[in-house]
Amino acid sequence: MSQPFYVAPEQVMKDRADYARKGIARGRSLIASTYANGVVICAENTSNTLRKVSEIYDRIGFAGVGKYNEFDQLRIAGIRHADLKGFNYSRADVDGRSLANQYANMLGQVFTHEMKPMEVEILVAEIDEEDSAKDQLFHILYDGSVSDHTGNVVLGGDSDAIQERLTAQWAAGGELGTTLKMLVSSLAGDDRELVADDLEVAVLERGTGRRSFRRIEGDELTSLL
Amino acid sequence: MTNVSFDPLDDPGPDFAGLLRKAGLQAPVPQGDVSAAFDVVHGTTCVSLRYADGVVIAGDRRATSGNIISHRSIQKVFAADRHSGVAIAGAAGPAVEMVKLFQLQLEHYEKVEGTTLSLDGKANQLSQMLRNNLPMAMQGLAVVPIFAGYDQASEQGRLFQYDVTGGRYEELDYTATGSGSLHAGTVIKISFVDHMTRAQAIDLAIEALFQAGDSDSATGLPDLIRGVYPVVATITADGFDRVEDPELEERTRHLIDAFTTRGGRDGGNSLSTDGGPR
Repeated sequence: MSQPFYVAPEQVMKDRADYARKGIARGRSLIASTYANGVVICAENTSNTLRKVSEIYDRIGFAGVGKYNEFDQLRIAGIRHADLKGFNYSRADVDGRSLANQYANMLGQVFTHEMKPMEVEILVAEIDEEDSAKDQLFHILYDGSVSDHTGNVVLGGDSDAIQERLTAQWAAGGELGTTLKMLVSSLAGDDRELVADDLEVAVLERGTGRRSFRRIEGDELTSLL
Repeated sequence: MTNVSFDPLDDPGPDFAGLLRKAGLQAPVPQGDVSAAFDVVHGTTCVSLRYADGVVIAGDRRATSGNIISHRSIQKVFAADRHSGVAIAGAAGPAVEMVKLFQLQLEHYEKVEGTTLSLDGKANQLSQMLRNNLPMAMQGLAVVPIFAGYDQASEQGRLFQYDVTGGRYEELDYTATGSGSLHAGTVIKISFVDHMTRAQAIDLAIEALFQAGDSDSATGLPDLIRGVYPVVATITADGFDRVEDPELEERTRHLIDAFTTRGGRDGGNSLSTDGGPR
């Protein structure tokens, strides 16, 4: 019986990470940012039906970049996790931090144990109904590493350049329209323009009842831009 | 995380009840007749009727166990989602649990699929939940709901009546369930006219529940002392909207004034407060 070639674990991990990063870089990016009344998520997405941004729970939103079927699986797993938890305990017990940790575990597990890592980066956004300082953005990478942000976060292949453009103009607590324009121009860069049809936008909005998630589309989006 | 990832062939999809089954979170069916062993809490009379803009759905506030009034302000009318509502009669524990599951089922579907279920789809879901509850009903824990909603496809209010086996019967004008349903249903049957206004429809629902409470011991009357009125909601193109208590109080007082003015000593409208048989 022939022995498999020895490959150093460092090399295995590096190859997997490169593979995942390459897959993610093929897709378009998205930005999430806090604004005066909650969190706005803005993704570059020309499809009107295949969504990158969606609702998980009352105050929790989800967004993914990379391979569609993979982050969609994660989205559904998140909805299931949240709905089961809310059913077993109380709606108030469902929180973004716990969900982000579960996602990190799932992605970490797949990264180290499966043949192929997931080619995704995901975002778990959560708003606090009373205190805007407690709004949270969790960014989870293909290998399960997780980071939390309070102002804004960029997901996707081109994130460094977009982050640079965004940081140059970002200010906390802006109105929805102002914040959204900032996100769109950062996504687009200098040499192209993004219109409503190229975008998928949703907000988690304070003071709108139990379910805070709302899509912004059509005329409303055009007028905000 | 509870295991929520499944083999594609084994995946429950947007079905939350299916997910609960797979996660092993469904309560076992009791062995033996529960209602023979304990006094089970029962909720009673609910009505629903169609009017010009949609439907009104309403229920009294009493829960009984045997001959004891076990609760004076129980809620039996709930929003199922934005454009539909459900009212329950029967064993209160399983009924409230069923409503909670039904609400979650609709929301879960909406989030997973990205679209809402059709009104027929929602009504069918409730049928299946009742059918699954049949073993419980056999042990004395029957639940009989009403489902009402605004159908955005046909732009009208629609109502559905159920039986314990999950049988679903669409009613055109009105429906009633629970121990006082005979009295309540009769009141609506006599006064129903097509295209009532919101005010007329709410008044009729309140009167129906009042007459049920007047003749059925398990149905509660409006409680002016504690300020407990029936739960009444309208469901229209604008969604589910619970009628506020101050409006209900005013309408209830009007109704009682009307009875008092009509007078009568016995039978008929002997709801007069000034006397009784002389």
